[in-house]
Formats: sequence, structure tokens, C-alpha cells
Amino acid sequence: MSLEPPKKDWFQAPKGAERVWIGIALAWCFVMFLMMPYWHLFGKQNSTGEAYKVEPRAFQERVEAFVEANQVGELDGQPVVEPPPGGEAYLLARMWSWYPVLKLRQGETYRLHVSSLDLQHGMSLLPMNMNFQVLPGYDHVLTITPTSTGTFTIVCNEFCGVGHSMMVGKLIVE
Amino acid sequence: MRGLRDMNTTAEFETNTSEGAPGKAETQDKGRGWNLRSLVGGSRTCDTTGMPVCLDGQFFIRINAVLAVVFLLIGGVAAILLALTRWEAVHLLPREWFYRMLTLHGLNMLIFWILFFEVAVLYFACTTLLNARLYSRKVAWVSLGMMLTGAVMVNTVIFQGKADVLLTSYLPLLAHPAFYLGIILVAVGTLVGVFNFFATLYMARKYKTYEGSVPLVTFGATAAAIIAVVTLLHGAIVMIPTFLYSMGWIGQPDPMWYRMIWWGLGHQSQQVNVAAMVAVWYMVATLTTGAKPLNETVCRGAFVLYILFINIASAHHLLVDPGVGATWKIWNTSYAMYLAVLASMIHGFTVPASVEVAMRNKGHRKGLFGWLTAAPWRNPAFSAVVLSVVIFGFIGGITGVTLGTQQINIIAHNTLRIPGHFHATVVGGTTLAFMGLTYYVVPLLFRKDYILRSVARVQPWIFAAGITLMSFGKSFAGSMGVARRTSTIGPAEEAYGAAVHVFLGMLGIGGVLAFIGLMLFVLLTVGTLLLGKSNVGRPMACWGKPADLEGADMRSRPEHEEHKTPGTVILVGVFLLAFAVYYFANWAALADVWHVR
Ligand code: HEM
Ligand SMILES: [Cu+2]
Ligand SMILES: [Cu+2]
Repeated sequence: MSLEPPKKDWFQAPKGAERVWIGIALAWCFVMFLMMPYWHLFGKQNSTGEAYKVEPRAFQERVEAFVEANQVGELDGQPVVEPPPGGEAYLLARMWSWYPVLKLRQGETYRLHVSSLDLQHGMSLLPMNMNFQVLPGYDHVLTITPTSTGTFTIVCNEFCGVGHSMMVGKLIVE
Repeated sequence: MRGLRDMNTTAEFETNTSEGAPGKAETQDKGRGWNLRSLVGGSRTCDTTGMPVCLDGQFFIRINAVLAVVFLLIGGVAAILLALTRWEAVHLLPREWFYRMLTLHGLNMLIFWILFFEVAVLYFACTTLLNARLYSRKVAWVSLGMMLTGAVMVNTVIFQGKADVLLTSYLPLLAHPAFYLGIILVAVGTLVGVFNFFATLYMARKYKTYEGSVPLVTFGATAAAIIAVVTLLHGAIVMIPTFLYSMGWIGQPDPMWYRMIWWGLGHQSQQVNVAAMVAVWYMVATLTTGAKPLNETVCRGAFVLYILFINIASAHHLLVDPGVGATWKIWNTSYAMYLAVLASMIHGFTVPASVEVAMRNKGHRKGLFGWLTAAPWRNPAFSAVVLSVVIFGFIGGITGVTLGTQQINIIAHNTLRIPGHFHATVVGGTTLAFMGLTYYVVPLLFRKDYILRSVARVQPWIFAAGITLMSFGKSFAGSMGVARRTSTIGPAEEAYGAAVHVFLGMLGIGGVLAFIGLMLFVLLTVGTLLLGKSNVGRPMACWGKPADLEGADMRSRPEHEEHKTPGTVILVGVFLLAFAVYYFANWAALADVWHVR
């Protein structure tokens, strides 16, 4: 009984179905564990957490320079910026917008730097539903390859004050 | 052997006061003060179970349980407002109030309701079950005073609108200092209560108030208490600098450091909840069906796995964070190769298996599931625990392990899939199990029989149905990308398909149903405390127990069949299949998204 001290000889190896279940469960745990290094080596979607310390203001300056050098248009008052294929791209999160609108090419790989000017934010790329954390002081580098085209939405999914749900941006892939 | 009297029967009851060994007169004399059965004035014998009850312990269990229910009520009122806001078609609250209520809900539910109840469980597990007196009234008062003061402080600043920072209060978001101070008080107060638990364990062992090893439930509670210490220390490490920063006395702590240590508190405390919940599963299984563990070594070993492999439990919250590498993420998100998951899978087998054996021994042996259909389903504690096992395992566990897989987290982090997951663990699992236990705590420790008993019998079903529906709604909406912690999806509407409204509606309707279940629980319990009939001097009114079939002598079951649990084997097989399907379906979904590294 679970409410009383057990019998003196309680220390016993498991028997029968219980023993088999423990074995199966352990094997399943190993399978799940091994899936992660496997995907890391052979899968295409990984979060490696590559990041560099950066002062928010310094990051903002780099973003401004990037926009100036690569702007190709405007959308809803935001600059549309096309980074060189295979090059560096920047995305700045701040209360409560994403800056600028990036224009990428399908199949090209970019090093996308994401950081925040103020609070923590969450970069959620829709409708793929890909999500990454954005922190002030950290230049989070995503080596990303768009595999589909269209106009995508970026919403913030980390609470960042009352305007949080308004923090919606766009991203274009051609 | 001290026998637990079969519920509500007049069966003979043997007592054993486990007096110390002869010859140790001194120990025995001092020991008297700790041994409940020989304690004059400070204890009583339970009229239902024949177990000894420490009156000090009873007093603090009562206060902690009542306060727990009060916080559950506050959290519940916030919950319905949240559910009716996320149900986009209703969209009840303006945005400030959504975040304020979300903060209130998270703290009152996850921290206050759970911690106050857990302290009550600890006090029970170290007194009655060990036949020992509670170590100290004073310490219990200090603990209670700190916890209550802290909780009131936190709720006050939230209502004043000075702490709209949500449960996690991620830096650089900043709340009023009283918010952090309140949390620190609650955490330290809980630690003080945990100290009282360990001191009682120590005294009980020293003065031999019980023989042999501690009962399984006490063992589980001890596992919970050990993890709680580690957890609450993380709380202190992260909250104290944050408090100092909010006072302007030091510079801002690093936001990444904050996340890592905060989740050492935030997630590890979930492991406390799991351990406490599993202890309650075993306890209620015994109380309602007379189940006993098939193999004590296995059950205890599984609790030890919880303690050992809760290493960096914050990792699965940082899977898509900058600055932490993939190897670290993989190792820690799996708690060193999923050995804590293994522990839960073991309990998920042993709990139903122990019930199956108990039922078969009572003569319910027809087919694979005759034991299950004959189980005491009208007993709300039993149904609550069965539902808790099912919801925790099939929904909470499977989604939790999958979403916490390093790469799969990319398509889940901070979406509604996350609250969809944890409302199946800490609500459908822990909260429901605690509700079930309450159907015994009130009659046995407050000594009042429940009012409106037929309503109580359906309450767990309503709550479970609501939570399940809400959990599905959240999970599906989250799979379409809907963010958690967001007052409206309006500004990004066109990014989701139209089906998203169906799922948010499911969330809303499930939330309403769960709220009804929660309110029934609160009203029944408070109503019983105020109006219930006293059962002093007689056994509690029986909730229903499985019948002993004719000729159902334990001994009539052949020895070699004693460990046969064919029904449970089928159930865990179905579970594993569901797990594997969901797990690999998520890998398949992940393979479809953009490439990233
Ligand atoms: C009637 C029952 C309940 C309902 C209807 C309910 C509903 C909700 C809703 C709608 C949210 C907001 C989700 C979002 O937008 O991110 C939420 C968040 C949450 N709930 Fe519940 N809930 C219930 C019970 C509980 C219980 C019993 C607990 C804990 C024991 C709990 C813990 C939480 C936590 C920790 C959060 C997240 C807070 C945050 O994001 O800061 N809930 N709940
Ligand atoms: Cu935000
Ligand atoms: Cu967690």
C-alpha cells in the first residue's frame, strides 16, 4: 500500500510486463534523443543559437547602413531592402515594429542578423510558423534559406508591452 | 503491519504503535513526544482510516488548503476573462486588462494555488503517514505568514497596474519592486515550509515513529521537496538581483542570463508539480481501490530519476534563443537523454497496473478491461485521478516531449501550442489530481461530508472535458502560428487561414466549460466547509468503492498471475503508438519549412 511503510523485502527487480515496459520506454527515450543529433547532421532546420554581443545602438547603426546601401522601394512607410544574394541581412525589432521590410530570393542563403532595440521580442514567420527569440544586446544570426515565394508576415510572439499584438511586419520572397 | 482500514467498512483494524525497541528507554521517552499514537492531546485517530492525525499538521493543512482554493478562485476568474478574450469572436478584454489578467492568472494558478496545496500535501505526508508530529508550529506559522504576505503583495501590485509583466517578467520589462519582493517572500516562505517537512522526516526517523522505509507517497513527496529546494534557490538567484535592479541599486542583469536562471525556477517547479501529482496518484489509487504498488523499487527508482535528471531544466525554453549552442540545447532539453521522461512513462504504467491488480484481486477478472469497467467511477477522486493520468500522459506528456525537441521547437516556440501543452500537464494533470484528493481531504481532515454529492461526481468530468477541448483548441491554433500571450490576432489576420477561428472558438468554449468545472469545485468545497454535515465520530460518507465479488479471495488468484496486467499492457501500447505518431508527424511538419541553421 502506498500509504504505509513497504514490506521489509521491497527491494526487488521488476518482473514480467513491467520489466518489458521499462525496456521499451528506455529504448524509445534513446530514439528520441538520437533524433536530435541526427537532424543536426542531416536535417535542414536547426537552431544553432549563433550570436554575438552587441550594443543596441551599434546594432541600429548597422541596420541603418544596411538599409541605406540596399533599399529598393517602400511598403506602408517602411523601406523595402534587398540584400545581396547570399549576403548579410538585418532585421531590427523594437516597440512595436519590425524594420525594414526584407526582400529575399528563393533558394539563396542569407545570414540574417536579428536583434532588439529595447525589450525582448519574438520573431514568428508566418504562415510557416518558424519562431526565434530576439533579445536586446544579442545579435542573433540565422543562416536562412527561403524555400517558397510570396509575401510573408512577421508577428511578435514575445510579450513586449501593450502594443505587442500590433507588432506586425512583412517579408517578401521572389 | 499498520493496516489502512478498508474505506467505510467496519472491518477489524489492527493497530501497531511501533513503540521503540525495548531497552532504549531514553530514546523511547523522548520519542514519545514525536510518536503520534502515543502523543496525548496533540493527535487523534481518523474515524475512517484508523490512521493517526497530527492536530498541528491538520491545522496547517487546513489553512494552506483553504488559501490554495482562494487563489484557485482568483486565477479562475482571470482564466475565464482570458479565454473569452482569446476567443477572437468574443474578444472581451481591452489589451491592458488582458495582459494584467494574464499576469494575475499565471501567478495565482501556477505559483500560489499549486504551492499552497503542495505545502499541505507535504505536511500530510510527513505526519500521518509517518505517525509523527509536525516538527514545529512556529516554523509553519512563519512559512504561512511569508507566503501569504508575498501573495497579497503580488496581487495588489498587479491590480494597481504596476506589474503588467506577465509571470516571467522578462528583463528589460520592469515591474514595481513589490512584485519581485512578493515573489521572493512566497519562495522563501515555501522553503521554510519545506524545511519543516524535512525536520519532521528527520525526527520521525530518529525516534523511530515508523518501521522500515517511508511509505511510497512520502517518498514521492520527498522527491518533490528536494526538487523544490533546488528550484526555489534558482528563484532566489534570479529574483534578488532583479529586485535590486528595480530599486535602482544595481545595473540591469543580462536578459539571457535572466531567462536561463528564471526557467531554472519556472520549469523545475513543474517537475515539483509532476512529482507531487504522481504521489497523489498513488495515494488516491490506494484510497479508492486499495491498490498497492506492484514493485516498490520501480516506483521509488522512478522518483529518483526525477531528482537526478532535472539538470538544466530551463533548456527547453531556450531552444531558439541566441547565445546557447546546439549541443547544450540537445543534451539539456532531453534532461540527459530523457531519463526523467522515462520516469513518467514508468509511473504511467505502474499506477494503472496497480489498480488493475487490485481490481482483479477483488474478483473483477472478466476479459481485458473488466477491471476497468467495474472501477469506482462514481467516486470523484477516482475519476479525477484517472482523467489526470490520461490527460497528463496522452496530451501533456506527448506534446511536451515533442515541443521540447530541439529542432521541433522552431515550429512551436511561443505559439499557442505551448499553453495548449501545459494546460494538459499542470491543469488537466496536477490541478485535477489535487481536486480529486480534495474530495478526501475535506471529509478526512475538515471532518465534513460533501454537500451535493451527485454534483461532485460529475465535476471532474466537466473540468477535464473543458481543459481537453481548450488544450486542443490552443494546440491547433498554435500550429497555424497563432502566438501565445497576445490579446488579439487582428493585425495579422490574413496570415492565418480562416480555420483559425474554429480553433480559437474551441479554445473559448473549452475555457468556459473548464471554468464551470472549476467553479463547481470551489463552490462545492467552500459550501461543504460552511454547510457540510460533520462526520466526527463516524467514517466519512463513502464515495463508492469497488465491490468484492463473491469468492474474491486474494489467494484465489494463482500466484503466477499476480503480476499479469493485460489491460494495462494494451493501454500503454496505445499510448506509445500515439506518442510515436505525434512525434514523427512533427518532424515531418518541420521538414517542410525553410532551411535554417
Ligand atoms: C478554468 C481553467 C483555466 C482556463 C480557462 C485557462 C485559460 C488560460 C488562457 C486563455 C491563457 C492565456 C493563453 C495565452 O494567450 O497565452 C492561460 C495562460 C496560462 N495559464 Fe491557464 N487556464 C486555466 C487554468 C489554469 C491553471 C489551473 C493553471 C495552473 C495551475 C494555469 C496556468 C496558466 C499559465 C502558467 C499561463 C501562462 C501565463 C503567461 O503566459 O504568462 N491555468 N490560461
Ligand atoms: Cu511583442
Ligand atoms: Cu518548461
